Amino acid sequence: MDLSFFVVQLLSGLTMATFLFLIASGLTLIFGVGKVFNFAHGSFFMLGAYAGYQLSSVWGQSFWLSLVAGGIFAGVLGMLAEFLFLRRIYGRADEGGFQILLTYSFILIIDDLVKLVWGTEYKSLAKPAVLQGAFSFSGIVIPRYNVAVILIGLAVVVAAWWFLNRTRAGRIARASALDREMLAVLGVNVPMTMTLVFGIATALAGMTGVLAAPLRSVTPGAGIEVIIDSLIVVVLGGLGNFWGAWLAALLLGEVNSFAVVFVPKWATLFSYLVMALTLLFKPEGLFAPRKVRRV
Amino acid sequence: MGGKSLSNTTLVLLIGLAVFALVPVLKTTNYQMLLAAHVLVWGLFAVSFNMLFGVTGMLSFGQALYYGMGAYSVGLCVKYLGAAWFFPGMLLGIVLAALFAWLLGHLIIRVSGVFFTMLTLAFGQLGWQVMFKWYSFTGGDDGVQNIIPPGIFANKVVYYYLLLALVGASLWFMGRLNASPMGLILRCVRQNPERVRFLGRRVRRNQQRIYMISSLFTALAGGLMSGVDYSIHTDMFYWTTSGHVILMSILGGIGQFFGPFLGAAVIIVIEDVVGAFTEYWSLIIGLVMLGMVLGLPHGLMGGIDRLKARFAGSGARPARDGRS
Repeated sequence: MDLSFFVVQLLSGLTMATFLFLIASGLTLIFGVGKVFNFAHGSFFMLGAYAGYQLSSVWGQSFWLSLVAGGIFAGVLGMLAEFLFLRRIYGRADEGGFQILLTYSFILIIDDLVKLVWGTEYKSLAKPAVLQGAFSFSGIVIPRYNVAVILIGLAVVVAAWWFLNRTRAGRIARASALDREMLAVLGVNVPMTMTLVFGIATALAGMTGVLAAPLRSVTPGAGIEVIIDSLIVVVLGGLGNFWGAWLAALLLGEVNSFAVVFVPKWATLFSYLVMALTLLFKPEGLFAPRKVRRV
Repeated sequence: MGGKSLSNTTLVLLIGLAVFALVPVLKTTNYQMLLAAHVLVWGLFAVSFNMLFGVTGMLSFGQALYYGMGAYSVGLCVKYLGAAWFFPGMLLGIVLAALFAWLLGHLIIRVSGVFFTMLTLAFGQLGWQVMFKWYSFTGGDDGVQNIIPPGIFANKVVYYYLLLALVGASLWFMGRLNASPMGLILRCVRQNPERVRFLGRRVRRNQQRIYMISSLFTALAGGLMSGVDYSIHTDMFYWTTSGHVILMSILGGIGQFFGPFLGAAVIIVIEDVVGAFTEYWSLIIGLVMLGMVLGLPHGLMGGIDRLKARFAGSGARPARDGRS
């Protein structure tokens, strides 16, 4: 294996890791703050991708506008879903099970609505003109778009860190993960915080959908593919652990990227294998903040 | 759930069997009989699933693994060894599923809640990927066709009665189990595992057992299905199959033994009716699901009970499933 090939695979793995992380970080954020498991997170990713396709490919708007609008679209729908439906089951006995069931019904509904509006055929979205083509260093060819995706991912990581650690809203979000009642006593509107966090997370998923669309085409099944991959990342990272999710996404992205080269037919198995092995030997995830309650 | 006497469950079972036994006798079309057969198979699948979720509180998102295992054991045996291997294949599927569930259960029952659900999902999808990609052996997404049961069982009516007998026997067995001390322990585990452990019962051992029993009957359902449809396909392993059976259970009501069976019947009829005029039946299922989780978490059976209680006045209390 020569160097240029290695570098290209490494970067392609990094690109995939960025997508995974951007989706999983939202999932992790919601879980960390509200102990809510959003099984439909991949569907918001897909909604963003379709919104981006509509704006960019059908209405001819710029890619960057589509990126922002796709995020807002998914974010608003996410807030509505939380406000209208999820909020009603908080605190119910066996909440975890009901969350999965409720968000599973979102998946079914969103999937069919997308088919109704946009049909079942594959849609494509063009890269912005600036990011077409590739950089070339002494024989190593690196697509510009991939570099941009990785940089955007890094920017989001930094922004998220800044938000969670340096802003009042971020501190409230982190505090509500620890003690909701105390927060409510201190006069914080905890339910509204949760709705907002949900909106931020789904907006992030929607934006990622637009960002990923030029590389992986837009299909009605995208939500399901994406959710399983990002679930693996979240579980691997230790539920609710932001940095764990980042490392797990990196691990899975690279494992996948190299597996595709060496065992193309069985490459898709590796994510599951990594997850299965991790959970067998370290059920709380590779980078878990604390122990899972065992029964 | 446990409050009702065993004879009550047996009575419902006998009435149900009698009704289903009449299906081929009445002037029904082949299609209607096929529909009834689908209800029986999915009903068995749903009740087996509910032994996990409804009774024990273990939400598995990977039961399709065992359903597919049962179906593919029959299908592949017939494909490679001939029609005579139909029933040995079914037995093989059940044994394999039980063995696999025992081993896997040993490992995954250590975790609980969302982790358990995700782990079952991951293993289920692992199974699907293997069957999907191993084209030379399983036929990939083409599946296997022309799986015709041997001898007199090639006759659809005869096969239907065999199906009815096996489903009836399985439901009876699970009903007995549900009413047994083990069933009681499992319901206690759902409510308070710590206390069960203090009482000197092995929590994990019991969970592992019920995971194996549930998976075994799920494999039987899969094996039976291959003889109903005469074909198998990798979708049987796909996670949406697991999702489907969850929806059925929730709709019918996970708090009662026959709830999931009712849910299976309703969903199959909805699919059939809605499928006739729109391909967007999963939208309808999703909306129904949403309404059920929010408004009627005890399912149709729970709703019926509540109505009964209202008419009976304060004398009869609605069946509780430990959630309320």
